[in-house]
Amino acid sequence: MILAYLILILIAGGLIAWLAGKWNKELPRFIALFALFTDLFLTVMIYLQYSNSDTNDWMLVYSASWIPHFGISLYLALDGLSILMLLLTFILGIISVLISWKEIDEHTGFFHFNILWILSGITGVFLSLDLFLFYFFWELMLIPMYFLISIWGHTNRIYASYKFFIYTQASGLIMFLAILVLYFIHGKNTGVYTFSYPELIGTTMSPATAILLMLGFLVAFLVKLPVVPLHNWLPDAHTEAPTAGSLILAGLLLKTGAYGLLRFVIPIFPEASVTFAPFGMLLGVIGILYGAKLAFAQTDLKRLVAYTSVSHMGFVILGVYAFNELAYQGVVMQMIAHAISTGALFILVGQLQERIHTRDINRMGGLWKQVPVMGAIGLIFSMASLGLPGLGNFVAEFLTLMGTFKANVLMTCLASLGLVGATLYSLRILQKVFYGKERTVHVIKDLSLRERMIAGVLIVAIVYLGLLPQQIFNTAKPALAKSLNSINNQSSGGKNEKSGTYNFVPEPVSTNQ
Amino acid sequence: MNQADFSYLVPFIIIAGAPILMMLIITLTKNFRILYGLSLGAMILAFISLFFTGNSIPHHVSSLLVLDQFSVVFMMVIILASLLVTLLSYNYLQYQESEKGEYLIVLFVAVLGSIILVSATHFISFFLGIETLSIALFILIAYRKIHSHAIEAGVKYFVLASVSSAFLLFGMGLIYANTGEMQFEKIAIALHSSGFSTPVLLAGFGMMLVGLGFKLALVPFHTWTPDVYQGAPAPVTAFIATISKGAVMAFLLRFLYELDAIGNKKVILIITIISVLSMFTGNFLALRQQNIKRILAYSSIANLGYLLVTLLTGSDLGIQAAAFYLISYIITTLAAFGVIGLLSGKDYEAENLTDYKGLFWKRPWVVVVFTLALLSLAGIPITSGFMAKFYIVFAGVNANLWLLVVSLILNSVIGLYYYLRIITTLFTPANALKFPVISIPGQLVLFITATGILWLGIFPQWFFELFSGFSGF
Repeated sequence: MILAYLILILIAGGLIAWLAGKWNKELPRFIALFALFTDLFLTVMIYLQYSNSDTNDWMLVYSASWIPHFGISLYLALDGLSILMLLLTFILGIISVLISWKEIDEHTGFFHFNILWILSGITGVFLSLDLFLFYFFWELMLIPMYFLISIWGHTNRIYASYKFFIYTQASGLIMFLAILVLYFIHGKNTGVYTFSYPELIGTTMSPATAILLMLGFLVAFLVKLPVVPLHNWLPDAHTEAPTAGSLILAGLLLKTGAYGLLRFVIPIFPEASVTFAPFGMLLGVIGILYGAKLAFAQTDLKRLVAYTSVSHMGFVILGVYAFNELAYQGVVMQMIAHAISTGALFILVGQLQERIHTRDINRMGGLWKQVPVMGAIGLIFSMASLGLPGLGNFVAEFLTLMGTFKANVLMTCLASLGLVGATLYSLRILQKVFYGKERTVHVIKDLSLRERMIAGVLIVAIVYLGLLPQQIFNTAKPALAKSLNSINNQSSGGKNEKSGTYNFVPEPVSTNQ
Repeated sequence: MNQADFSYLVPFIIIAGAPILMMLIITLTKNFRILYGLSLGAMILAFISLFFTGNSIPHHVSSLLVLDQFSVVFMMVIILASLLVTLLSYNYLQYQESEKGEYLIVLFVAVLGSIILVSATHFISFFLGIETLSIALFILIAYRKIHSHAIEAGVKYFVLASVSSAFLLFGMGLIYANTGEMQFEKIAIALHSSGFSTPVLLAGFGMMLVGLGFKLALVPFHTWTPDVYQGAPAPVTAFIATISKGAVMAFLLRFLYELDAIGNKKVILIITIISVLSMFTGNFLALRQQNIKRILAYSSIANLGYLLVTLLTGSDLGIQAAAFYLISYIITTLAAFGVIGLLSGKDYEAENLTDYKGLFWKRPWVVVVFTLALLSLAGIPITSGFMAKFYIVFAGVNANLWLLVVSLILNSVIGLYYYLRIITTLFTPANALKFPVISIPGQLVLFITATGILWLGIFPQWFFELFSGFSGF
């Protein structure tokens, strides 16, 4: 039941915040914070309670009937992967409320309603084990996100919001069709018509059907991720969204795509996934290199950061199709580290724009002298983005590359070039914005206490991930093993050399927990 | 016809009796409130009376009408919807100087036609129903006779409806000539033995489809829709879009299923083409419209295209999906036209997209209802439209209708664009236009429809179970 409360608190909080906005402009912020902190607290409590139990099964399960007529139920469950994602969701949610404290001063009630409803949709996606329910939440987050972009966005917001909505909605519908076909295939095989994920996992179907259905799921997840031919919505949406919107888009919405791959595509279609793996890895490599190249070419700072997401998310799909634990741990770490580092960069861009009213990096330069704190933060997160050891992204990308090396050497070599690209664009950010000559004289204030605190939390997080990643590995391990097992079981015939080699013992086995 | 039959005819008698009583009252007093109260009362009474038919259905009243679960549910929906239309009309009748009561009388006649239509099992009752409905509609459409748009719309509807009636009559005549029967059951038996193959029969069937296609505004018989939607007052447009189309669609469902026409390849082909064309034409033509009523007109063409998919499934699941979709569509459309009607003033229809700029910041609750309606039309979760579309796609996938399912999905995406256009307009910075205060009956309608949209969208189980009784006729 507590899982349902996690979602309900956000939904109710959103409605209350909206109503409260009528009386007082500031009240919605506190209501949103309260709802998010409550959820964070509950999640941490669950985490503390279950993190030590060494079970491979779900930590918590909640199931209630919803539309039994079609075998649809409110089936929610939590495992290591989802709890990590939930923690990330609520922390970034709190930050997105905090960074909007000054930026958003119109219609605060409706703004926080949208934020909380997006987050409730995302929470639902990370918890649902019923495919219909999953799709329900998958769609639920779109409308409030659309409002967030189209009402509080920048100049070109309407265009960006349409593009975002139509891309995601179209791909979602294709997934929905695939879900329905899967439902009927399973129903005709077994006589049990249900959308329940554990039951659908073992569905037997012809390889050709499996490939088609998998592609249906993939389209939705790859658009969200995004993977290169389908990434077109991302730069516009990220650039035009208000800072909180960009933060949630980059930090959370993209992660739902990665989560969908790990949770649904691999376990439901293991054989088809193995067939698709080379293409998947290729898409990853293309994303890494193309994203890096485009990021380097941007003059709009926010667009630049948006393209780095394309590049970073390339590692996710690359790792997913390597099918081994090293790579999977890298993927999970990348999901978290990218959310924090890119989120921080978006926040920084937002703060810069608030102060100098432009995002054009040709009009910046030499800002370090005036805003050293901001510069230092920019330095840390640019370094994170380029993969400096000691910060979370390094762990993520290093593990992913190590894992993929076992699966495909050529792809790994090409993907490694992406690190060079990352260095180029990250240093360019620093060079153009904080170092060099002042092109235009700006008189600006450095970060306020609130802004420093937000940045402080993010810095602690990224350093923690970089230095002590073991906790994350331990938490995610059982969930990832489930995904990998489905691949192992089907390919135990041994048509590719990568199976059977994941006796990954995470570095020194820690004894202090 | 015996005494027991009368108890089943009570709803019909109430709906038919009310306008007669009102005509008598008009001769005595012109007090609008009395007439208005009376018509609301009669509708509620008719609605309640439907619950008492429940014990021994299906029941055939002679060979003309049948009261089975399907027709009772649809009669309930129709009467409930006309109750809402009556509530909506209050706003609009306020501005009308004379002939207020007459409007209500004609409305009752149209409702009578609709409920006959959904329970017809015979060509005669079908034709009586559809003509009663159409003739009442001409009057309602052209009711604001000072407006040239209204006259144009009325004449357009009149001419096309007459032509379509001619098609219907000719079609029925050809079928009768071939089978010698006018009652659906018996036609089905005759078809079963003789087969469906003779060209004359098929021609008769095709002509009936043309006639019904006009009423449903399916492509290529759709051209009247945008003009009529625009010209008629918003409550009447709501009536045409919901009750009139819903009743004809319900009839078409019964007719096709009872005749088992979906077994015929040619019929399938024709309906498939009409369905796909309606979806694409409706959605594409809606894309660049600037007038909300016209957008909704084109959207209704596309929606009827989606509905035809359920016909083609040829299964009980299809009937259930159609029933759910129709009800969802009726509630949603009532909400949308309700908002338009309630924002319209004395000699002004709030129909231009630009009128709605930034309405959210001035009338948040009205816009919430409007947005819910638009999202429901677009098929976004937590609204009834989502569940309805789910049901259709579900039935379509089950019947392997890939072409139709894929074009439905494609069209949902195209449709999204113009729904988003309206929603975006509602939320842009405000302009200075003033809108009238919304009357209590109007607020009631908005509240009921919004609740309905959310209820069907979040807890549809009850309805799904109710409709699961619809199997065969």
